[in-house]
Amino acid sequence: MNAAAETMFVAAPYQAAGKVVIECNVAKIFYGDFLAVRDSQVPIEKRKITGFIGPSGCGKSTVLRSLNRMNDLISIFRFEGNVMYHGQDVYAKKVDPVLVRRYIGMVFQQPNPFSMSVYDNVAFGLRLNRYKGDMDERVEKALKRAALWKEVKDKLKNSGLSLSGGQQQRLCIARAIATEPDVLLMDEPCSALDPIATRQVEELMLELKERYTLALVTHNMQQATRVADTTAFFSVDISKGGRTGYLVEMGPTEQIFQNPRETLTKEYISGEFS
Amino acid sequence: MNTVDLTVDEAERPLPQLARQGLEVRALKSGILTGLTWLTAALAAIPLISVIYMLLMQGGARLFGTGVVEVLTGLPPAGFEQGGGIGPAIVGTLAMVGIASLISIPLGILAAIYNGVLEPRSWTANTSRFLAKVLTGVPSIMAGVFVYAVLVAHWGYSAWAGGLALAVLMLRTVVLAAEEAMAQVPQRMKDAAYGMGCTRTQVIWKVVLPTGLPGILTGVLLAVAGAAGESAPLLFTALFSNYYISQLSEPTASLSILIYNFSGMPFPNQIELAWTASLVLVLMVLGFNILARLIGQPKV
Amino acid sequence: MTNMFEAADSVSPISGPPRALEYANDRIFRGIAWTSAFLVIALTGFILWEVGRQAAPAIQAYGLGFITGTEWNVNQGEFGVLPEIWGTLYSSLLALALGGLFGIAIAIFLTQDFIHHRLAMIFRTVIEMLAAIPSVVFGLWGIYILIPLLKPGAEWLHDQLGWFPLFSTDLAGPGMAPAALVLAIMILPTVAAITVDAFHRIPYKIKEAAYGMGTTRWEAILKVMVPTASSGILAALVLGFGRALGETMALAMLIGNANQISLSLFSPANTLASLLASTFPEAGHLEVQALMYAALVLLAITFLVNVMGQMVQQYTIRKFEGKR
Repeated sequence: MNAAAETMFVAAPYQAAGKVVIECNVAKIFYGDFLAVRDSQVPIEKRKITGFIGPSGCGKSTVLRSLNRMNDLISIFRFEGNVMYHGQDVYAKKVDPVLVRRYIGMVFQQPNPFSMSVYDNVAFGLRLNRYKGDMDERVEKALKRAALWKEVKDKLKNSGLSLSGGQQQRLCIARAIATEPDVLLMDEPCSALDPIATRQVEELMLELKERYTLALVTHNMQQATRVADTTAFFSVDISKGGRTGYLVEMGPTEQIFQNPRETLTKEYISGEFS
Repeated sequence: MNTVDLTVDEAERPLPQLARQGLEVRALKSGILTGLTWLTAALAAIPLISVIYMLLMQGGARLFGTGVVEVLTGLPPAGFEQGGGIGPAIVGTLAMVGIASLISIPLGILAAIYNGVLEPRSWTANTSRFLAKVLTGVPSIMAGVFVYAVLVAHWGYSAWAGGLALAVLMLRTVVLAAEEAMAQVPQRMKDAAYGMGCTRTQVIWKVVLPTGLPGILTGVLLAVAGAAGESAPLLFTALFSNYYISQLSEPTASLSILIYNFSGMPFPNQIELAWTASLVLVLMVLGFNILARLIGQPKV
Repeated sequence: MTNMFEAADSVSPISGPPRALEYANDRIFRGIAWTSAFLVIALTGFILWEVGRQAAPAIQAYGLGFITGTEWNVNQGEFGVLPEIWGTLYSSLLALALGGLFGIAIAIFLTQDFIHHRLAMIFRTVIEMLAAIPSVVFGLWGIYILIPLLKPGAEWLHDQLGWFPLFSTDLAGPGMAPAALVLAIMILPTVAAITVDAFHRIPYKIKEAAYGMGTTRWEAILKVMVPTASSGILAALVLGFGRALGETMALAMLIGNANQISLSLFSPANTLASLLASTFPEAGHLEVQALMYAALVLLAITFLVNVMGQMVQQYTIRKFEGKR
């Protein structure tokens, strides 16, 4: 290592207590020539909610989207490091990104139901996987788990776009969990929702972690304290002219918010910058 | 493909396999579809390339040769005659497109001002906008039929009739395009002018027209390009003539009708001239088109 | 209006009401604009009325028999346009099938990351230029390039598969196949351009959602993008079909103007627009009336197609986009 690299801050690795499903080791993430994220180790624990917080531009979304190779859609994206999922590197040459996304589902910032009926939206993934069993039962189950069944059971044939914003987001969650993915990535799922819908989605997340492993990016620190078991705090380094994000500190949510090790974390959670 | 087995409880599921598995049906299907898409794109390019090649080879022979002056100014040859040119047709096309422009552009822009700015929600605006759209779906030959019924049946074939038929076709394009361009003028700009105490006419002349001008010009030029290339409405309104027009009330030649007439002749000289006329016509139409695009380009 | 502004001392001396001339200008200009907008309405009405009036004698004389009749014989005063209606619909449907398929495929090619987006922009411009080439030029190209090119293939097909209705005659020169092919080439840019717009209107988040579910590129295209863009694609097809129905010159040059009904792709045929184009310039009084009637029939067909297109489009919008 050269001298410049030695002076750069690297967060102390977080030793997870439980079983780790995804071991994310980012060395460098580039968009073209632009170094977006560096040196961040984020283990995602089984059946826990891992929260990603930090100021905007800190790369938390980029890291989350690297986990199921969503960033492959951007042609100039380049990933250095590895993402170990059940002992397999998601970025290995022989890995099909399509398969990765079938096991690691995603819910996006903006509700994005397909322009089809509510039923077809939920059944989409099942049909994609050529599910042979009782489709109706699966759809109902997914909608119930997404706490949407009561509101839509009489309008399954209506377009998914006819629902309200909060309902649309829960529909997207139902669509994502209908195929029983292993992990669910949520990229600021409440940023487009009103407080009541946000509350509903947060409660839903707490229920979902009984069955799934969740990773959540949020801009809202209160949300992280309310739902996340572990929290990873990212920050952005603008001192060297760039805007490179990196992991500052990761630990149990209570420790991060009540007893942070790094001063940067303390400043951020006390609202000194955002 | 390894489907997620949903019947087994999550805890007992086998570990997911992420690796590609040689020749999957899914990958094969994707490959075939991708190949087909490339093939269609390539196939669709063939006629275009062929048309351009023929235009340049057959039509360019005379246009880019030594006989260019004769071709551009000469009279169409008769029968076995050699040489000759397409002069009257060029002048005729320009004259009739000119007549059509003089009628349809002011009328169209004024109607668009009414429909788009003055009273967009009124009965007149809604109806005329709707009918302009309906006219867009009407075959262009109907303009010829209409002008035949109104003018030609009483006064015979003339440049006026041809120009009027083209004007009917241009009008619908100008009305819709100009309204669209004026709709792009931000409401806050208009509000600012109204807030200064402008009358509606002043708002239009000082704000809406200057701001919307590039868009309006684009629409107008596209309409002109379309009219220059039209032939069906001229067929039985302007008819054809072998001579330069001396007055607008007589049958008039046009490039497109010249191409149509010469295309069916058994003489190589005429057929070559038809290609030359095609090249001139395409250059004319493309010229207007490119100009329209350059003007319409958003200014940064 | 007596000037309330002059009475108030506190008003800035610069501000003042518009002059009488400016008010008059405003009135006059608005009047002129209204007249222009109204002229568009009047013109449409006038077109319908005038063509209808001229066709009236023919409508009275031949009635509905005009539509079911198969003869066009001026000397015996027999007029029927069934072969032309058949030819119009047959050639347009063939063109729609071919041009639609290619147009949609090209739109997918240009919008779904098969090529770099700069290259796609260039391709798009090229396609729009293709749309600007006048139809007579395509007609000329059809006569001297396409027909000679099709002849050997048509001959072979007729020899080998002559029992099949589509190949039951030989291609002697002009005919349905070259006409429909050129028509397909002519509507392809329309279909492609509007379909490209429809794909561009799909928000990026929908594409993300599809890939996020673990679709391959083609699963995303066929199961998500195409259904989402379906109303736009339908609009493109209806517009293309409308253009094909009304297209005149290329068909008049390529279809052979033969008054017959045949399934064969290689036999000459006729269309309504091409009948108008080829017959009008030399028509006598009686024939002009019949042609006006034929023009009305063509108008009715295009109108029906557009209305039906609108209805189907409304239906798909409701089905796929959930707007009411």
